[in-house]
Amino acid sequence: MSKISGADIVLRCLQELGVDTLFGYPGGVVLPLYDRFPQYPDINHILVRHEQAAGHAADGYARASGKLGVALATSGPGATNLVTAITNAHMDSVPTLFITGNVTRSLLGKDGFQEADITGITMPTVKHNYLVMRPDDLAYAFKEAAYIATTGRPGAVHIDIPKDVFIEEAEFSWPETINVRGYNPPSTAEQDSIQQAAEIIDQSERPLIFAGHGIILSDAADDLRKFAEKSGTPVVNTLLGLGSIAPDHVLSYGMMGMHGSYWANHAASNADVIIGLGMRMDDRALGRFEDMNPTAKIIHVDIDPAEHQKNLETHVPIVGNVCDVLKQLTNTVQKATHPDWLSWIDDLRIGHRASMSVPEGPELTAQYAIARIADYIGTESVLCTGVGQHQMWSAQFGAISRPRQFITSGGLGTMGFEVPAAMGAQAACPDRSVWTICGDGGFQMTFQEIGTMVDAKLPVRMAIMNNCYLGMVRQWQELFYDQNLVDVDISQPDFLKIAEAYGIKGIRVDNQEDVDAAIEEAEATEGPVLIDFRVVRQDNVWPMVPAGAALSETIESAEESGMS
Amino acid sequence: MKVSRNGSRQTIAALVEDRPGVLTRVASLFRRRGYNIESLAVGTTDEQGVSRMTIVVEGTSEVGDQVAKQLDKLIDVINAAVLDSTESIERELALIKVMARPDQRREILDVVEIFRASVVDLSVSSLIIQITAANETIEALTDNLRPYGILEMVRTGAIALVRGEDTTQVVEFEDDELRRFHMESGRIPTGQLPHLSD
Ligand SMILES: Cc1ncc(C[n+]2csc(CCOP(=O)(O)OP(=O)(O)O)c2C)c(N)n1
Ligand SMILES: [Mg+2]
Repeated sequence: MSKISGADIVLRCLQELGVDTLFGYPGGVVLPLYDRFPQYPDINHILVRHEQAAGHAADGYARASGKLGVALATSGPGATNLVTAITNAHMDSVPTLFITGNVTRSLLGKDGFQEADITGITMPTVKHNYLVMRPDDLAYAFKEAAYIATTGRPGAVHIDIPKDVFIEEAEFSWPETINVRGYNPPSTAEQDSIQQAAEIIDQSERPLIFAGHGIILSDAADDLRKFAEKSGTPVVNTLLGLGSIAPDHVLSYGMMGMHGSYWANHAASNADVIIGLGMRMDDRALGRFEDMNPTAKIIHVDIDPAEHQKNLETHVPIVGNVCDVLKQLTNTVQKATHPDWLSWIDDLRIGHRASMSVPEGPELTAQYAIARIADYIGTESVLCTGVGQHQMWSAQFGAISRPRQFITSGGLGTMGFEVPAAMGAQAACPDRSVWTICGDGGFQMTFQEIGTMVDAKLPVRMAIMNNCYLGMVRQWQELFYDQNLVDVDISQPDFLKIAEAYGIKGIRVDNQEDVDAAIEEAEATEGPVLIDFRVVRQDNVWPMVPAGAALSETIESAEESGMS
Repeated sequence: MKVSRNGSRQTIAALVEDRPGVLTRVASLFRRRGYNIESLAVGTTDEQGVSRMTIVVEGTSEVGDQVAKQLDKLIDVINAAVLDSTESIERELALIKVMARPDQRREILDVVEIFRASVVDLSVSSLIIQITAANETIEALTDNLRPYGILEMVRTGAIALVRGEDTTQVVEFEDDELRRFHMESGRIPTGQLPHLSD
């Protein structure tokens, strides 16, 4: 067999893995790899403006498509710039592969120019990482890495490659087998635990499902619906679980948690059986753990056994892939309905509808703009967000109806995610309309990627909810720091001039009447497009469960919070 | 003397790939999750490429379970489990240098004998005592030696095996290249590196 360079091997590996898009940024040690890109026209390298954005784009690409997202950076600063994105992807269990170059092998550990111990740095924020020391190892490393990233509980995997490994030649053969003996992702669950869970569910009077990101990651939305329908169990979603069930389904009760609805949070506190599906019992979703619902029997299905009993004592922990487990459960539970329980929640929903509605009045609010966008673009589009108030309003008013429609940074809560993640989603879904709801703060963290969108022809629609504030931080200062507003009154550039500078269309909207026309115009424009929605400054997100409070302590308004 | 703060300790046995970085991964996990390591002992096994770690952590059995599950999540950890103290044998080696004037030696030797320890070095005014025993026995011996003046001591940390014939089976690699990848990956290749421009 003839030998090829490590760089060629890397590209052959990407071909074998079916990777057709990667986001990257060049630099000294990865030049041997870039040198070979022209020979691989089937691999589309999208040149970003900052490595963090390459990482978020790979993340958004993976969330929108379900495929492996790939990002590439050079050693040292290129690699460290990826760290936020790696951590973000991993915390939300997104299947991603991060490739970095490093200094030549003989210089490793000698603090050479642009050396960073990047495998040491990423170790605690990835599912696994590799430092590949010989070209013969590349194929194994890539095959293993992709397998680990995409199976079990998906996550981020990182491969670091010294420069001379790209140059040295070796034979290439794509391994038929790999053997990761320390890694055995589960599929179906043990029938014992299914039986135990089914008995509890069959006897329950007020069962409730918490449906999380796992449903989407394992393509289990149909299985969820069938199980909920057979067992008559209402469903509430975590932030990342939105889209696992359509909001107009009779058993769908929307989002729970810190900014979830009053009825979802009270249903959670009053259920007698809770079935957590592909969610990790996080504090933002559950509030104060001890008082979430001390009397409910808890069944917790997760593919990662380390999530069981981590935050909450669980009566029946079930280890398995949630799509398989749901089929097992559906086969085992009895058919049931719970009309009294549903009407109890329905009554709450009717009584507390106001705190989950677009505010009335003539002013232009972010809630109104987001609801109009959602209504106009429909469920076949993709809706991305940044982090802050506009994110929570997007969750509340985005009418998220299908898996992979909603792309948001949950676990890490990374501002600046909105622009690059949308860019990645657009690359993954060229035929869908991709909108991103941006914070005026978050947008300023990564808007340099408009340049990438223009070059790579990624027609993302960016809608800035411009409240001229770091809104969510201002909300916390108002509520929990005695209205002492410090460093949240962030100044804005003229966003239309930024649009102009990049040669894209910019639209400004400062009243309700112009909202629909602007959305229509943005949809009709080739794209990318930017809309600057000048929304009311002082609005806060309600309902809210203050950090450290119980879900039953959901506050619905400023008046109720004692601050107005 | 060092005693676990809440009195409970958990022993975890982990089979790990003998690869660069494994110890860092394990140590980093303990730091990040805030688990307190009382002792950690690593050594080879009779399986080439597989090491065994015995880790003693402070905490309740729930903590022990979490530690084992988090360890098991590491790809380089082949298997991790909390050992049931009644079902397993746990031993630790300690060397204790104790002050011993000639007129005290006899007394000290009696203590050594009662604990089935042994004297491995003798000087004019000190002894080094070696003991292999369970944690509690070592603590008891040191309590008894303290009045004479312990000058220095070192402990290996506990190692443990489950009683009976049950063992953890480790999957073998089918082909040699795969085995080589698993054993060598991440190590700087031995011998001269090819001369490539940087
Ligand atoms: C990278 C990063 N830095 C800081 C924060 C803390 N933080 C959370 S929300 C927020 C304000 C976001 O402001 P903006 O993007 O304008 O959104 P808004 O809340 O106003 O809708 C900040 C600073 C964060 N989540 N991420
Ligand atoms: Mg803002």
